[in-house]
Amino acid sequence: MFVRLVYESFRRQKRRKLLAGAAIALGVTVATAMIAVATDIGDKINRELRTIGANLLITPQEDTLDVEIGGINQKPPSDGAFLNEADLPKIKGTFWHNNITGFAPMLPVNVTLQRDRQTENLTLLGTYFAKQVSFGKEEFITGVRSTHPWWKVSGAWPDDGSRDVLLGERLAARFSAKAGDELTLSGHQLRVSGILSTGGNEDNQIVAPLALAQEILGRPGAVRRVYVSALTKPEDALARRDPKSMSGPVYDRWYCSPYPQSIAFQLQEAIPHSHAEQIRQVAQNEGAVLTRIEGLIFLVTLAALVASALAVSAAMATAVFERRAEVGLMKALGAGRLAVASVFFAEATLLALLGGVAGFAAGAMLARQIGRSIFDSQITIPPVLLPVILGIAVIVTFAGSAAAIRKAVGLDPVFALRGEL
Amino acid sequence: MKAGVSSTAREVAGGRAQAQHTSMFLRMLVRAAVLRRGRAASALVAMVVAAAVATAMLNLYVDVQAKLRREFRNYGANIILVGKDGSSLPADALSQVESVLAGRGVVAPFAMVVARTSDGQPVVVAGTDFDRVRQLDRWWSVSNWPSTPQQALVGVRAVSVVSPRNQPFDLSFQGHTIHLTPAGTVQTGAAEDSRVYLSLADFASWTGVQPSSIEVAATGSPEEIAAVMHQLESAVPQAEVRPVRQIMEGEARVLGKTRATLMAATALIILTAALCVLSTLMGWVFDRRRDFAIMKALGASDRLLNSFFAAEAAALGATGAVIGFVLGIGIAAWIGRVNFHAPVVPRFSVLPFVLAGSMVVTLLSAILPISMLRRLQPAVILRGE
Repeated sequence: MFVRLVYESFRRQKRRKLLAGAAIALGVTVATAMIAVATDIGDKINRELRTIGANLLITPQEDTLDVEIGGINQKPPSDGAFLNEADLPKIKGTFWHNNITGFAPMLPVNVTLQRDRQTENLTLLGTYFAKQVSFGKEEFITGVRSTHPWWKVSGAWPDDGSRDVLLGERLAARFSAKAGDELTLSGHQLRVSGILSTGGNEDNQIVAPLALAQEILGRPGAVRRVYVSALTKPEDALARRDPKSMSGPVYDRWYCSPYPQSIAFQLQEAIPHSHAEQIRQVAQNEGAVLTRIEGLIFLVTLAALVASALAVSAAMATAVFERRAEVGLMKALGAGRLAVASVFFAEATLLALLGGVAGFAAGAMLARQIGRSIFDSQITIPPVLLPVILGIAVIVTFAGSAAAIRKAVGLDPVFALRGEL
Repeated sequence: MKAGVSSTAREVAGGRAQAQHTSMFLRMLVRAAVLRRGRAASALVAMVVAAAVATAMLNLYVDVQAKLRREFRNYGANIILVGKDGSSLPADALSQVESVLAGRGVVAPFAMVVARTSDGQPVVVAGTDFDRVRQLDRWWSVSNWPSTPQQALVGVRAVSVVSPRNQPFDLSFQGHTIHLTPAGTVQTGAAEDSRVYLSLADFASWTGVQPSSIEVAATGSPEEIAAVMHQLESAVPQAEVRPVRQIMEGEARVLGKTRATLMAATALIILTAALCVLSTLMGWVFDRRRDFAIMKALGASDRLLNSFFAAEAAALGATGAVIGFVLGIGIAAWIGRVNFHAPVVPRFSVLPFVLAGSMVVTLLSAILPISMLRRLQPAVILRGE
């Protein structure tokens, strides 16, 4: 009888049920999409923040001082220690390798340029542009094109294996050089493939593939420093502690959190004779920006949840209120308060589940659409979220209809049937 | 009701009819709300919440850009002035830059030379204004800022070269020697770690070199910053004005994405809130089909009925919008304080939009059921079918 009541109510009042179900589905759609966006926004913004540049720097442990003003190295180039290029792929072998979005080695070399029978001292910077590197079975492409996205080239980016170079725009303007020109640098014949504009010191330098810079310097495999771009977690009190002073479990927690400090620590472990450190300008500030944006979206998500909960309960309240006469009839036929209430609650549950599933699917699609149109990448929803969302939908639907059901159940059947309040 | 003394009978009748008409209309409006307090209140609550959420979101949307820009200024300079072809800047450059900025940013001058330590090691020495640097480069991790003359701030990597035991040290430049005491160390993870910093006064009297670059952290939108750069170019013609593209582009990207996300969220929330109001109000109006039928049966014209329900909806919409607006401003201010540690400035320019939106939604939710009911005979409605 109970089942038949609920079933018939759905069969005969298709339009009304559809309306209430649509309201629930809409509420759940908005809630799902916003929760998905809120859980993923940290990662997405973190990736956007990577456009500000690398946040970690690896240097040789026994490094001497940089004597550099305005990008001009004032020191004999062979001076100082080097890292070994062969060790670099190990960066992708650290615990947080998935958080490392890219790295770019740098090797500045002092060169002389022969031009119009004059010699000029310049700095040539060797680096990876978009080099294919493999660690174990994993293959990945890294270089300045991913770590330094603000570098702009008019002309073509050189190939990492080629003898092509980029000319900084200030140098190019001074020499009135253009893409395709030939240069003689310290006795090496090179071709300019493009003009580089960075707004920084590189505008006064020549940027070449790393292998070429090593050849000119005469130190195969040498790397001066490595810029690493990593997705990190905002620093907190634990992050700032000295790992040496930590006890076992605290150390494990520190080691297994993607703080700039702990990633630097692991890079230092991975690469022999190296010193890794966060670039504070980038690392410190991105934590602050990230916290603010995450907090903002979290609060906005709360607002969205409140709005959708309200929409669902408003729809439910209206739906129950419209059926006063039915309640009166049931009561007149001898149904108890509990029997009437349970029919309504069963209907509400059914509606919440159906609307919830439809809303979840729609919300997942909406979140994907938002991800694709705003961040050019997927926002995926963990399936674990489905039971949680359904649970919330049922609770909100219950809460929304509870007041209306209580009022309807408490009505005198005579008044209810006559349609009076 | 007594007729006016100086009026003719016809005017009296007209006036009376008019007066009764208006007062009756008002009474119907008021009584309708008072008699069904519960439903009227729930409709009003829905309206208030929707308006509050919409106001808060619109306010945030407008203000968040400015709030986040301020966070980005902690990244330091976004404009750099350098002397053309490596020459020094004129002595009045700093005051020129300051007058262009007029308080909309932080400025710090830098001068640099390569000096030798007492055992002949080269080291980069920079002269700057410590008070300004403290504001500009907040990420510098400094153990102790120099406060008196002849004190130096030593980069953590330079420490081992110039002053390994934290002892006073000598630096020489072109035959001139300066005696310095280390005040503290600076750590940034970048080039600053290899340098020694002095106050500009010490630096100038020792080397005679003037600042060669001025770093500027200008606040404002990209257009405002472009304008500032333009003004700087004409104010200090000896200098080259460069944007720090790295910072500017990153900032623009992150702000753009955040704004877009917020806009999507705002649209979704406002849509949900509007639909919530629509369904509640439609239920309310639909619920009063008996009143409608009785009024119609008693001879009310379609126009009167329409204007009655429309007036009711408009009153509800306006009341809800105003209360919701105040509430929404409060929510936005609270979010500003919690998340950005600065209140969101109330934007009264949002009010007309919220008001208009509320009116549209409420009118729509009144007119839809009415146009449905109008097709029915009053008798059918009254019989409850």
